[in-house]
Amino acid sequence: MKSLEELKALREKMKSQVEIREDDANALRVVVGMATCGIAAGARPVLTAFSNGVQERGLRGVSVVQTGCIGLCQYEPIVEIHAAGGEKTTYVQVTADMVDEIIAQHIVNGKPVNKYTIEAQRIG
Amino acid sequence: MMTEISLNILDIAQNSIRAEASLIEITVAADSSTDNLTVILKDDGCGMTDEQIAKATDPFFTTRTTRDIGLGVPFFKYSAELTGGAFTLLSTPGKGTEVTAVYKLSSIDRMPLGDMTETIHSLVVYNGHIEFLYKYSVDDRSFTLDTREFKEVLGEDVSFAEPEVSAYVKEYLTENKTEVDNGVIL
Repeated sequence: MKSLEELKALREKMKSQVEIREDDANALRVVVGMATCGIAAGARPVLTAFSNGVQERGLRGVSVVQTGCIGLCQYEPIVEIHAAGGEKTTYVQVTADMVDEIIAQHIVNGKPVNKYTIEAQRIG
Repeated sequence: MMTEISLNILDIAQNSIRAEASLIEITVAADSSTDNLTVILKDDGCGMTDEQIAKATDPFFTTRTTRDIGLGVPFFKYSAELTGGAFTLLSTPGKGTEVTAVYKLSSIDRMPLGDMTETIHSLVVYNGHIEFLYKYSVDDRSFTLDTREFKEVLGEDVSFAEPEVSAYVKEYLTENKTEVDNGVIL
């Protein structure tokens, strides 16, 4: 069984780093819809892909958070990216395969991936 | 429609989060002697009135305002009943809610349990202000994840969302689950 002993060691190792991290303002928020509609449409792997992608690239000031249903169930999984300046981009019918491109183009380089946004995908 | 029981659990736990629970207990217990896979979600959230309980399994009922149907509880209920199992919902306003779904393990209509590690990991990491007590058991073997114990070690200033902690939570869930079920897919 994995015990909490290792967590204690990890805690010691992290002590010095925490203060630095707290200085990072949350400049950008990635919001993933995780209500019944989102989960049924496949939001869990999308959430994981964003979270892993942000961690692997060591991106600072990016937070990945969950939200409930925003009322556009037919477009789920929906991911909103709220930039520091307040502008919001809504990605719809997101799959885990699209996440790397969104992180690279939008989060890192600041250019929304227009082909995946709600404006490009209007359904009926 | 959910394709894994673990997705139902993730979904039903969101109800507890919306009910402003401070502690959510999730139990997944497989017992081959009774052929039952029992899933219990218990919270100390705002609870439901008798009228709300009666309506909760109706797909055309929801308390949210962004849409007017609520499929979470009905999906969960029917997925269990479809296997010859059972479903109960107990709730007291101001005290909390307990949802129990019992699946027949050997039923061909039972969905796979799916990725419980992913479900619990995303609940714990993205809801740092809520305590989770997760118990996973197969026959007489079990393990527990209690976020209160984790927080005791970590202190208040270290978040579960820190990459190192998040990775540790995932390892803890993965390794202990394998020890309990020997990697057998439920």
